[in-house]
Order: sequence, then C-alpha cells, then structure tokens
Amino acid sequence: MANILELTDVVKTYQTTKAVDHVSFSMPKGSIFGMLGPNGAGKTSLIRIITRITQADTGSILINGARLNDDHPEDIGYMPEERGLYKKMKVGDHLIYLARLKGLSEKQAKEAIHHWMEKFEISDWWNKKVEELSKGMQQKVQFIATVVHKPSLIILDEPFSGLDPINANLIKDEIDNLRSQGSSIIFSTHRMEQVEEICERIVLINRGQNVLEGVVGEIKQQRKKNLFRYQVSGEIPGGILERKEIIDQSEGSYTLRFTEERDSNLFLKALVDAGVYVYGFEEILPSLNEIFIQTVQEQGMTIEEPINIPS
Amino acid sequence: MNKLWLIIRREYLSRVQKKSFILTTLLTPLAFLFFFIFVGFIMSYESDEANKIAIIDQNNMLKKAIKDDGNTFFSFPNASLDTLKAQTSRGEYNGVLVIPPLSDIQVKEHKLYYYSDDQLSLDVKSAIESAVSSRIREYKIETMNLDPQLVESLRTSVEIDPEPIIEGGEDISSMRSAIGAGLGFIMGIMMYMGVFIYGMMIMRSVMEEKTNRIVEVMISSVKPFQLMMGKIIGVGAVGMTQFLVWIILIPLVSVLVNLVFGFDAQQMQTPGMATAQMDPDDMQSMVMMAMQELGSINWWLIIPLFLLFFIGGYFLYASLFAAVGSAVGDDIGDSQSLTLPISIPVLIAFYIMMVSVRTPHSTLAVWASIFPLFSPIVMPARLAFDVPWWQITLSLVLLLATVVFFVWLSGRIYRIGILMYGKKVTLKELGKWMFYKG
Repeated sequence: MANILELTDVVKTYQTTKAVDHVSFSMPKGSIFGMLGPNGAGKTSLIRIITRITQADTGSILINGARLNDDHPEDIGYMPEERGLYKKMKVGDHLIYLARLKGLSEKQAKEAIHHWMEKFEISDWWNKKVEELSKGMQQKVQFIATVVHKPSLIILDEPFSGLDPINANLIKDEIDNLRSQGSSIIFSTHRMEQVEEICERIVLINRGQNVLEGVVGEIKQQRKKNLFRYQVSGEIPGGILERKEIIDQSEGSYTLRFTEERDSNLFLKALVDAGVYVYGFEEILPSLNEIFIQTVQEQGMTIEEPINIPS
Repeated sequence: MNKLWLIIRREYLSRVQKKSFILTTLLTPLAFLFFFIFVGFIMSYESDEANKIAIIDQNNMLKKAIKDDGNTFFSFPNASLDTLKAQTSRGEYNGVLVIPPLSDIQVKEHKLYYYSDDQLSLDVKSAIESAVSSRIREYKIETMNLDPQLVESLRTSVEIDPEPIIEGGEDISSMRSAIGAGLGFIMGIMMYMGVFIYGMMIMRSVMEEKTNRIVEVMISSVKPFQLMMGKIIGVGAVGMTQFLVWIILIPLVSVLVNLVFGFDAQQMQTPGMATAQMDPDDMQSMVMMAMQELGSINWWLIIPLFLLFFIGGYFLYASLFAAVGSAVGDDIGDSQSLTLPISIPVLIAFYIMMVSVRTPHSTLAVWASIFPLFSPIVMPARLAFDVPWWQITLSLVLLLATVVFFVWLSGRIYRIGILMYGKKVTLKELGKWMFYKG
C-alpha cells in the first residue's frame, strides 16, 4: 500500500523551543491514523507544517510521493482544535466561501454543501447566520467545511472536544464513510482512549519527538504483560491459586499475570478440571495511555507539561 | 490570484451589504449638510434684542443724525445725563453714550463714554464705534472745508494679479490660490480621514478574525499574505465606494436642500466671509470667478494623481494597521499603544498639510510632500499649485518603494502575529517577528 504521507526528519524550532524534533513517520493511504501525545507535545506544530501554515526548518514531507507544495492545501481538509467561523455570515454563504477557497467552483460547492447539509439534516440552516447557531451546531458546519472538497487527506485536531455523544458518533460514522471512499484521516488528540478503537496506526509524540509508531494491534501485542482476566461464579479454590501472581481480585473476577503466555490456558484447564464455572476469559492488553507512559519512562524522558509555546 | 479575488469579494460584500454601511453612506452627506447649515446659522446669528442707545452729543457734531446699525437704534433725546441715566435704569434705554467735544479738529483718537449697568457686548460696541467714527469723519471733512469727493478719491483699493514670467505660462488670477488652498485642504482631509477610518476598520477586522479563530482555517487554504492583501484591497474598495457615493450625493443633496429650504448654499459654505460688507453684485462676480477658476484647474491631472497618492497612502498605512491588528488580538489596550506610532506621522502630516495650503512652495511643504510617510497627505494639498514634475515623480517613486517595503514588512509581522496567542506584544517583539523564518 502506498503512503499518502511520509515525514522524514522534520524539525521545527521556535526561538528556544524545539517544537518538532526529528520526527519521521509514514501513513498508508486509506488509513485512519492517530497522532497522540499530551498537550504541548508538538502535535499542532506538526499539523501546521503538513497543512503548510508554517514551514519546517529541515526535513522532508511527501504527500502521495510528491514534495509538499502549494497545490497540496486544496487536497487537505483541516479542522483545527480552536474552531472559528465568521459570525455574521450566513451558513450557506460561509460554506461556499470556504469550499471555493479550496478550489471548488461555485456550482460544485453548492452541490456538495447541499449534499452534506441534507446528510446532517440541517438544510434549513442555509440562511441562518453563524452566530445564531449553538456551539455544537457550529461544529457540524465546521466539519462540513473540512470535508466538502473531498480531500484525500483529512486532519482533525481534537475533533470530539465539545461534542455531545450523539454528534460525536455522527462524526465518527462519517469519518468511516469517508475512509471507505478513499480518504485518509489523521486524528490528533491527547485523549488517547478516544481513538483507541478507531485508529489502525498511531504515532506517539512527546516533547516534539516520535516516541512510538506502528499498528495499534501490533504495538499492544508487543507491550502486553500476559495479563488475563477470569470471570467465575463463586470463588477459585485456594489450591489452584498457589504460586500464582494475582494482580487484581474482586467478586468473581481474577486478574493474573503469567510468565509464559500459554500458562493462561493451563490455568483455565485447571479451573475447569476443578469444577469451577468459568464464564469469562480474556487477555488484558495495555491501553495506549499505559503504553505511552511506559515508553516515555523507558526512554528516560519526562512527559511534557502543557506549556505556552508559540505555535 | 483567484483566491485573492475571492477574499476581496467577501471582504467587500460583507461590508457593503451591512445595514450600518448603507445607512452611514447615505446619511453622512446629509449630516454634513446639516452641519454646515447649522454652522452657517450660528455664525450669522446676531443678537435679536433691540439695543436702544441715547446719545448726548455735547458739541452737536453728529447733527442728530446717525444710521441705525442692525438691532442697534440711536436717538438724541433732549434730556440731561442724569435723567437719561435714570431712564436707562428703568429700562427705557440700554445705555447712554456721551460724545465729548473734540479737543482739536485733527485729533486721531477720541474717547466716548457709555453709561449702562449691562455689559457692553462686542457686537454693540463695534456697531457704535463704526457708526460714530464715520459720522465724526464727515464732521471733520465739513469743518475743515474739504471737498468730500476729493477725500473719497484718496482711497485706492489695490488688487494683485499674478503674471507668469516664462512665455506661454498660465495667466492665473489671485483667486486661484484661494481655490487651490480650498481644494488642497479638502483633498488633504479626505486622505487623513480615509487613512484613519479604513485603517482602523482593517485593524478591527484582523483582530476579530484572530479572536474568533477563523484565521487558522483560512490560512490552511490561503497564504497569510493573500488574506492580508485581500482584506486591504477589499476594505479599500469599500472606501472608494463610499467616497464615490458621497461625491455624487453631496452636490445632489445640497441642491435639494437649497430648493426645499431656500438656503443660499454659497453663503452657507463661507460662513466666515463677512457677507454684510459685500454687496450682492460683488458676490455674484466672485462666485462667477471662482467657478471659472475651478474650470481652469487641470482636473485630468489632479484627479489621477490624487488617486495615486490616495492608493499609496492607503496601502502604506492600512498594511501597518493590519500588522498591529494581527499582533494584539482582542486586547484593546495593546492596540492603542501600538497604533500610536502609526498615528503620529499621520497627525504630523495633517498639520504640515494645513500649513502647505497657505505656503505651497515653502521648503517644509516641498520636502514633506516628498517624504513618503507624509507625502500621501501633503502632496494632494499642493497639487493645485503647479507642483514641478520632478517633485511629483520623486514623491511617487519614493512612495511606491515605501509601500512595497511596508506591505512586505507588515506581511511578515501579520504571518507570525495571527497565530500568536496569549503573549504581551511590544514594539520590540514586532521587530523580532520580521526576521522569523517560515
């Protein structure tokens, strides 16, 4: 699979702060990609480089194999974390304006916007002023503005902040749709649990550095600690638990750590043999949050506190 | 280019379609007119109280005859000073004027006494003085046995008619410099207002974009420089539209007001001129002459040059206002301290302009109209006075170079400023931004 985005050794310095410090990663076409890290890690700086809002000091950025150039912004849809619209403009006019700035003709823009507004069931907002809409409503408009020109790369910075669960799901579904139509999507967030189930690949950023990159499933497999949870009715007889490392125990639920992965099966067999009724058995994979903290500690770094960097 | 056009269109339409814009554009000429009418009314206002003044002419120099002046009425009652004083106290007279005899027929100053408990107003004072002094003059002529006609012929009024030295030069009348000064003043004021009104408009709009965070969405589609230029050109077009409407509306409205209210527009526009001293025929001929002079001015040269200087000055200052707007965000206090350095040259230029219309070829006027920070305001004020070509050319070239430099400079500040939040901005900081890369 070809890569839609390839970053090699990208560096961006603001006076004294290294906002992006030799970051490299690549993102396959048609994937949903998570860019994760705490506040102030350099995610927004990276996005601004990709969207050509700022320029990298050194390093190369390839989009579909071509060096980032002035034509690319038309093929990128970017929803910044801090969203804003012209308050006095009418929703329809505003969307047409933004779509035309992305290179659509007036006619194309109108068609696409009508299509999206029907999809979100907000067609009657066309003549409303932006300031008449609630914050959540404005987010929908902002999302349409981001994807209306069918960009092949969509970048969403903290897309769910301030959205209620219903609208968040609506957006998630649309993101899936867009992906199936061939778009590639970057999620940038510090809320790692939010994207765990959506993203196939992730890159973890801390202090401007790429600390970990890969397929979510593989990363979790590599970092797993052979933790297993058994859910039983009643209690496990003490004899079976002898010399076993119990991590967590609550009513009918036991979490154990094994040195060898296959020991979990032997333990399960022992339970069944002992006549214990097992109704739940699962491997516990580490969350991205845990992986992040662990990786950062292993590398002898500290997690960057949110600071006020010029972005 | 296409995107720049889209931005210009939005900036233009979003302002022109606003109700407040339509209202101010249509109502400002009316407001101006009413202002002038009001000022004219105030200036021509005279005390509406009748002033009755009793005169005791001790030597009968006035022969009991003196012209009443406006609301001041004179009388020569046969009563003693004390009686008259008492009558004045009762309010029958406003005052008693005592004219003592002349000590000598050739005396040049003569003191009169005025008895009243009321303050002697300036108007009444000058009315009395001029009426009495002209009567004493007649008395003197008679006493000295002079021929009044001869005396009158001593007076000669002179008028200077400027003539060119070089052959084929334009023969201009003295009226020309008055017209030129008026025209220059109007153009200078227009420049001054244009720079401030529309510069501020741009600054507020940039601040708003930054505060409501639309700017990041925008510059993921267009370059910051395009956004800035689009705004400057769009707002400039708004200004042009407004001026154009006013240029058409003001004469129209003034004619209309003239018809409806019967005001004499000419009189209104020159409230300072002492119309009383000028008989209507003189007025008529002066207006004719002024019209003729206005016709003889080379409009085909002045208007394009004015537009060039206007555009140059507008771009120069508008880009600076945009840069300040980008740097401050929503902090009004910051914006004030940063607009001050921009306002100072505009204010200085304005005062130089006021002097330049009187002395258009003074060293100050010449150099100020060449110095690019002042030239957009000072040069238009001099345009009606046959400015040498080398000065206009030099001024325009310097202005163009400065505009390019300032727009570039502002573009660099703007690019950094619009994405910078939560930082107190100083002039020094702005200086640093100019050298940031990417």
